[in-house]
Parts: sequence; structure tokens; C-alpha cells
Amino acid sequence: MTPTEPTEPQGPQPAVEKPAVRQSPENLPPGKDVVAPSSTTEGGETTIEQPAVGVRTGMFGVPDTGDTSGYGGLVKPVVFPGAAQRPYGGWFDLVADGLDGLIEKVVIHRGEITFHVHRDHLLEVAGKLRDDPALRFEFCSGVSGVHYPEDTGRELHAVYHLLSMTFNRRIRLEVSCPDADPHIPSIVAAYPTSDWHERETFDFFGIIFDGHPALTRIQMPDDWPGHPQRKDYPLGGIPVEYKGGTIPPPDQRRSYN
Amino acid sequence: MVSTSSTTQGTDPYAASTSETSQGRVFTVTGQDWDSVVEGVADSEHLADERIVVNMGPQHPSTHGVLRLILELEGETVTEARCGIGYLHTGIEKNMEFRSWVQGVTFCTRMDYLSPFFNEATYTLGVERLLDIEDQIPEKAQVMRVLLMELNRISSHLVCIATGGMEIGALTVMTIGFRERELVLDLFELITGLRMNHAFIRPGGVAQDLPPGTLDEIRDFVALMKKRLPEYAALCNANPIFKARLENVGHLDLQGCLALGLTGPPLRAAGYGWDLRKTQPYSGYEDYDFDVQTWDTCDAYGRFRVRLNEMQESLRIVEQAADRLAGLEGAPVMIADKKIAWPSQLAIGSDGMGNSLDHIRHIMGESMEALIHHFKLVTEGFRVPPGQAYVPVESPRGELGAHVVSDGGTKPFRAHFRDPSFTNLQATSVMSEGGMIADVIVAIASIDPVMGGVDR
Repeated sequence: MTPTEPTEPQGPQPAVEKPAVRQSPENLPPGKDVVAPSSTTEGGETTIEQPAVGVRTGMFGVPDTGDTSGYGGLVKPVVFPGAAQRPYGGWFDLVADGLDGLIEKVVIHRGEITFHVHRDHLLEVAGKLRDDPALRFEFCSGVSGVHYPEDTGRELHAVYHLLSMTFNRRIRLEVSCPDADPHIPSIVAAYPTSDWHERETFDFFGIIFDGHPALTRIQMPDDWPGHPQRKDYPLGGIPVEYKGGTIPPPDQRRSYN
Repeated sequence: MVSTSSTTQGTDPYAASTSETSQGRVFTVTGQDWDSVVEGVADSEHLADERIVVNMGPQHPSTHGVLRLILELEGETVTEARCGIGYLHTGIEKNMEFRSWVQGVTFCTRMDYLSPFFNEATYTLGVERLLDIEDQIPEKAQVMRVLLMELNRISSHLVCIATGGMEIGALTVMTIGFRERELVLDLFELITGLRMNHAFIRPGGVAQDLPPGTLDEIRDFVALMKKRLPEYAALCNANPIFKARLENVGHLDLQGCLALGLTGPPLRAAGYGWDLRKTQPYSGYEDYDFDVQTWDTCDAYGRFRVRLNEMQESLRIVEQAADRLAGLEGAPVMIADKKIAWPSQLAIGSDGMGNSLDHIRHIMGESMEALIHHFKLVTEGFRVPPGQAYVPVESPRGELGAHVVSDGGTKPFRAHFRDPSFTNLQATSVMSEGGMIADVIVAIASIDPVMGGVDR
């Protein structure tokens, strides 16, 4: 996903200063008010309406780059799998029953179940998942951060993979927080293994895990500015000159999106 | 407080001098010269009864890579142990977001450099789940993946045992361990063309078919290993010095393992036979006959025995895989879907390895559509439907999983690796506090962290 407006965080920059071909007004991308499909059917499971969290334009994602491919006017919404409705099937319902009232949304995609949890409920959910004898998710595989810059109000996601060795079940918890208030409660008390994982997610995404015993950077140096895995953080690199031509670093090159 | 740090010979221009630190007096020692610390402490009355903090690493021969240990000592007893990591962080996950889905394999194979096939496998399985092609992977590709992963498990465990032995002074274990590992790397070179960083397991299958004569080489290797693996048992299992160093060291029971998220040999040495190959089979592991190895001592010796026994089991799987491959000669190793499968095959020409001449003749001389297709798939790559997947595999060190997120584009939106080395290393404090400083080395060697995987 790359910025379509100059006010957005700096992503890939146009490699070519002046466009070779100007888009004619009638085939310019209309902007972000793209209509998302109202309902999709995923492997027999009916999913409800799901808003687009972004939009993909053209062939290379960058406007005015001299896109002579003919696909410059292409506009496609980015739609993630939508919420599933009961019954989810199999043991999915059992776990969902145990978490009744604490779940924002359940997504079932490719046989994996994701519980979207509001951050206010995360500690209660984690405690229940670990201690409830009908759930018994003893094992936390760790925390993974994801940055969705165009998912307004829910830009930063923390994703937890939990495993119940007793019942041989695996689920995913997804918690989001806005970029302006990047706070998520820490689950180190319930799952001590997430200590380093939360430090890593803080380091790379700037999510502050409230209640973590020592939330410091873990991979980057202590005085590093910024959080490198966020989408608005450049990859870095220097342009390479070869036979008079200059090849920009990978994140500034024109590339397929 | 007194701090020491082990750095290079002579005066260290980067070491903090007494005037530069508020943390007390700093000694720089390089090994064999601890007398200077003893004298320095004895010199000043007020230092004698204070704690000593030893900064060990990140460049130290026995910390298993660029791992920094911060040890607080009382005599030779460790009262507090902390890890400093990040010295090998290269931003592989970030880099993967700027390359196509197939190129991602080339990056992630470099993470845990002792088990490259497992990194490739978990990423590839995640991508295949998102593409919804899990049941279209050809049988031969599945068997080749299992074969390579099990050979890799042997080579990885050999390095673990070899370096672990070296760190406690058992140099023979090191030399014979690397001798056998070399044989496995020769097989890798024969099959993939490379000893490390293979990028061989790819979304849709594997990169290449087996070269002729491979199965004979594998059978010779298995026969040789059946003779040589018992050598390790004869050399170490009942060796009084070896046992004295390993037994009851680095103790971590089942509760501790689960709380701290430890998997792999430490978990199985605590008596719990959790192995993803059995419990959540992938790549057709359910078709192979093997046993999960456990031990019940929760210590470094148990982890050593689990690894030794697992190599035997891996040999069994390699044998079965070789037998199955013998019946699959000429079968496809890449998915039939031409929108995903890499268009060309490599071949040996007069000037070395390159794209197959038949393929070049086809795209350059016969079919313009084939040329367009080749160009599109190689430069643009395929698109992966939006969503996220997590398909963990049982790596030699435990649960290795890739959290793969796609936004529908030609590049990963996010790829996060849950590396078992990273998670298991959290147990350093619990395993080594209260023990001797020499046991810290044994405890860390017993969880076998690979810093390339820890830092990524």
C-alpha cells in the first residue's frame, strides 16, 4: 500500500521526476471512496460486509511515474476477509462460547480463526483462555505487530498466536490501537513468554504495552530514532550508479504493488 | 560496583574509563589476566565487598554467537544473568516487504542459518495456505521437503552438539561433529547447489528436481551415519566429565518451559513429547514412521540425549523419504498452476548453470505468449489474496512459525518469524541464576540459540 495523497506518510517516492505520460482526467483514480463488495462467500462461510482498508491504484502504486503500461487508471480496493457468523463449525464455537461478550469480531479464513479483541478486554480474554479448563491455551507463540496505515483509528495491530496443547487447537488474537494512542495492555503476567516479543513489537512498531516489566528496545540500539517496521519508515539504502544511470534504493524504485 | 568487560588485547579505545562512567570502576580483561581485577579490587578497601558485573560478549568464543551476557557475580556464583541481543539484526522482515513473494524465500533462508530449510518451509507453507493451494503441491515436492528438512535437522543438531562440546572443552566432539555435518552439507550442495542459504523450498513446490545419482549418495550417507552416530553415544553418554558438566545444569521443568514458551528439545527433555510433526503434521509427516524422543531430567544432559536420539529418528525418516523418491522418478516438483509455478528450470550448460536452453528456445523463438508470461511472473510475481496465515513447523530448536500477512499484492505486507531461538533464550536467567559461571555456558549451549534467528 502506498500513499495516494502527498499529506500521507512518506512511502515509495517516484523514481522518475517527470511523468512521460499524463493521466487523462477521465481515467484518473477517483480517490478513496471506492465501493467495497457488500458480501463475499468464502469456502461456504458467509461473511458480512467488510469495508476496504486501502486502495491499490495503477500498476506500480505510484502516481505520475510514467506508467505506460496502460493500467495507470486501475483502482482496486484492499479488502481483508470479513467477519464470520455463527455457527463457525467444529471447536471454533466452543472457544467462542468461552469468550462470549468479549469479542469484537471473528474472522475465519483458510481454516484459521482470528478473534478480534478490544484492548480493554485483552487481559480478561488472555486470563480466560489460559485458565478456563474448557479452553486451556497454555502456550503463547508470541506477538507480531502489523501496521495498517490506511486502517484509520486502528493503525497498529498486535497479533497473538495461542496454542492449546491439551486440545491441540490454535487460535489467533488480534488487538488494535490507533497510531495517536498506541497503548495495549501487556499480557506478560498471563504469558511470561511474551516478554521479549512485546519488547520487539514496541521496538519495531512503537506499540506501548502497559504493564510490561521493562519495556525497552531489544533489537535496535537504545537510542535509535523511530520504529523501523512501520510502513512510513523507509527501508533505507543508497542509490547505485551503473554506466551513467542511477538505480534508486529498493523502497524508492518503481515496483509492482 | 566493579565492571569488567572482555574485549580486544591491550587498551580499548571504546571502553569507558573511570571518569566516564557512574557505574563504578571498569576493568578491561581479555582472558587469562584476571589477576588485574583481583589486584584492583584488593587495592581499594571499599570495592572488596561490592558486586562484580561481568559483561561477557558479544564477541566471546563461548557465547554461541554474538550474544552479550551481563552477569552479576558473587565469587563464581551468578546472582543475576541478563541477555543483550540485537547485534545481528539485519532487518530481514522489513526487506521482505519490498520483494516479491518468491524472493522472500531468499531472505528468510538466511535467518536461522543452521536450519535454512525450516525457515523456507514455514514461510512457504504460510504463503501456500493464503494462496489456497495446500492440496495441490505435488507429492514429490512434499517428500523432497521432508527429506531436506530431516537432513537439515541432523546437521543442525550436529552443530549444536559440536559447539556445545567445544564450549566445555570437549574438542573431539567438535571435530567429529563438524566432520559429519560436512557430509550433510555435501548432500545439500548436490541437491540445491548450495551449502547454505538455499532458497530451494518455494511457494508451489521446490526449485529443482533431484540430480541423477542423489538417492545413491543419500543411501551411502545413511549407512555411514548409522555407524558414526553411535560414536557420539560411546564418547559422551557415560563419559564422567561430560556428565559432570551437563547433569543438573540449566534445569527447567515443564511448567517453566510452557510459561516461557520453550519448545523443541528443552520441552521434550522435560518429559513432554510435543512435536508438531506428530501433533499438527505438515508436508505429509503423518505418512512417515518415527518416534518422538523425550527425556525426563529437565537438564542439559537430557537435551543432549534428546538431540542425539532425534538424529537417529531423522535418519529413519530420510531412509523412508529416499525409498519413496525412488518410486517418484520424473514426477513434477512444482505445482501445475502456471500462474504460480516458476516458469523456467535451471540446467547445466557448457558455460555453467543457467536457465534451461530448451526454455530459452521456447520463449525466444517459439512463443511470444510464453515470453510475456515468463516476464510477468519473474518481474511482477503472483498476487496472494488478502489475509493472514501462521503455519508453524518443528525446527531443530522448536516451534518456528511465520506470520504472513498479505494485502492482495505481489509482495508480503508483513512477514514475522516466531523464531524458537529468540523465545528460548528468555530462559537464560532462570536456567543460570544461582549456578556457577561455567554453567551459564552449558545452559545456553543446551538451548542452542542461533543468533541469526534471534536477531533476524
